[in-house]
Amino acid sequence: MIEFQSVTKRYPDGTVAVDALDLAIDDGKITVLVGPSGCGKTTSLRMVNRMVEPSEGAVLIDGEDVRAQSSSGLRRGIGYVIQNAGLFPHRTVLDNVATVPVLNGANKTEARTRAAELLEVVGLDPAFAKRYPAQLSGGQQQRVGVARALAADPPVLLMDEPFSAVDPVVRDELQAELLRLQAELGKTIVFVTHDIDEAIKLGDKVAVLRVGGRLAQYDTPSALLAGPVDDFVASFVGRDRGYRALTFLPATGVPVDPVASIALGTPAATARDRLTDGWAVVVDEQNRPLGWVSDTILSTVEAEIQAGHLASGGSLHVVDAEHAGNAGSLRNALDAALSSPSGVGIAVDASGAVVGGVKADAVVAALAQARSAGEVPT
Amino acid sequence: MNLFQQIFAWLTDPEHWRTTLGIAGIPQRVGEHLQYTGLAVLVSALIAVPLGAWIGHTGRGGTVVVGLVNSLRALPELGLVILLVLALGITYAVPALTIALVVLGVPVLLAGTYAGIRNVDRSVVDAARGMGMTEWEILLKVELPNALPLMFGALRAASLQIIATVAIAAQISLGGLGRYVIDGFAFREFDQMAAGAILIAALAIVVELVLTGVQWLVISPGLRKARTTRVKSTQQRALEPASEST
Repeated sequence: MIEFQSVTKRYPDGTVAVDALDLAIDDGKITVLVGPSGCGKTTSLRMVNRMVEPSEGAVLIDGEDVRAQSSSGLRRGIGYVIQNAGLFPHRTVLDNVATVPVLNGANKTEARTRAAELLEVVGLDPAFAKRYPAQLSGGQQQRVGVARALAADPPVLLMDEPFSAVDPVVRDELQAELLRLQAELGKTIVFVTHDIDEAIKLGDKVAVLRVGGRLAQYDTPSALLAGPVDDFVASFVGRDRGYRALTFLPATGVPVDPVASIALGTPAATARDRLTDGWAVVVDEQNRPLGWVSDTILSTVEAEIQAGHLASGGSLHVVDAEHAGNAGSLRNALDAALSSPSGVGIAVDASGAVVGGVKADAVVAALAQARSAGEVPT
Repeated sequence: MNLFQQIFAWLTDPEHWRTTLGIAGIPQRVGEHLQYTGLAVLVSALIAVPLGAWIGHTGRGGTVVVGLVNSLRALPELGLVILLVLALGITYAVPALTIALVVLGVPVLLAGTYAGIRNVDRSVVDAARGMGMTEWEILLKVELPNALPLMFGALRAASLQIIATVAIAAQISLGGLGRYVIDGFAFREFDQMAAGAILIAALAIVVELVLTGVQWLVISPGLRKARTTRVKSTQQRALEPASEST
């Protein structure tokens, strides 16, 4: 367990970056430090591996003060991932990953073998091993950064805004990848971000810090969204927090109704008879959704339905998703319904095949049911 | 015979390529020239690289030392070498020459090393420290390898300046290719004078080519600009403006 005991960081010019912080970080969980610029979240993180020394108080790992050993010795036992990855430009991807084991005196060949395994663990093609960082995209570099931090198999991982410099699509991928990795590895991860959505998505617990380095609230994401302690936290977690809180409620109570589906290539005349409420989902041979057709669309089609005729679909509601972030939640179901052109959200199974449709009012009804059953945190 | 034909004739005269009756031929002059150059570059590097690395790594005293040393560039080498010979005596002509050349070489190498280290992406250094490298390991395994492109640029610039300036060795009876320039001027033998200048220029080009080859072998392929296939990394963005200024 990592413990901050009334830790204060005061700079010579009098600025207080962290003010009497008390925080206990659980083992094997992701704890996210989040807050606006100047709230001391990065400073707090960097006091764990002594990149910053506290002015007062102490940081303990498993009951031992981090100052009990040399800073370099301490740091070799803690994984460290930063924004932009900070890969060594002069070393190959493989040698970057092997850095800490080699510093610890491991045999170079063994360290490289282990590094190659780690590249696969973080989802990188082994072909990247011989490349140099400059030949990689930002997202790929950050995967290497994570692999490098994991190389010596440290129990603790510090991540300082690791995904904030990549584009939103890659960020989503990296976040999902981190959650998948964490499910396998169970590291104690301290993660700093300024993005509350990222905090809520990744954190088992979230510590919200306010400017001046004081802890505003430390709670699970669902409790944070349901019951912010004050106006600062409420405004920081955002205006649509009611909607985002749906992320933490499973969509098991939402009925999946049959939905009209038509194979691509069906003649328009046949399709017209099979619409429900004027809409039908068009699917491929594996029954995966391609888009929607409506009365209006079919009236313009003379022969068979082709891909070009379709109205694009909304997000998909994955019903029996065992993995992956928000899938299978009320938020996921509601978003599918709201973003669909027909008002019916497409529900798919794990293989992506259409199993039915969900409606927004059914989601709201399920929410009311969950609330009366006392499943909604307040 | 025009001047160009005279120069060509002078350069191709086999007499000038042999050392006879105590008169040094071209190969011996080239050897002397390279010897003084090599010694001066070596001493310059021994002073400038550790100092530049230390200033670059700690970030302390950078402006003071670099400013001080840059002002040395304004010193006229010929004046300095004659002053030193007068002060030390002609028996110390080689040390006097070397000191004058080192005064020329150190600022270039110091600025190159300092800039090379300072230009290493700060996030790379932060990562190195956060991974548990000691300050020595950061300097030797991360900062210096990444500073090499700029340091080699400085080494080439310093070598060229020193090769050109070694010509003053002849003024204090040390020979070198400057001998031909000075003798040619004194005896109004312009073919000899021009041939000497051409030989110095040719030697400078050969040395430049050799150092470029060494640089290609020594510097990590990850730092070569041509091999990058995507948008330039922050590393290279950081290096480019600086390499123009050295």
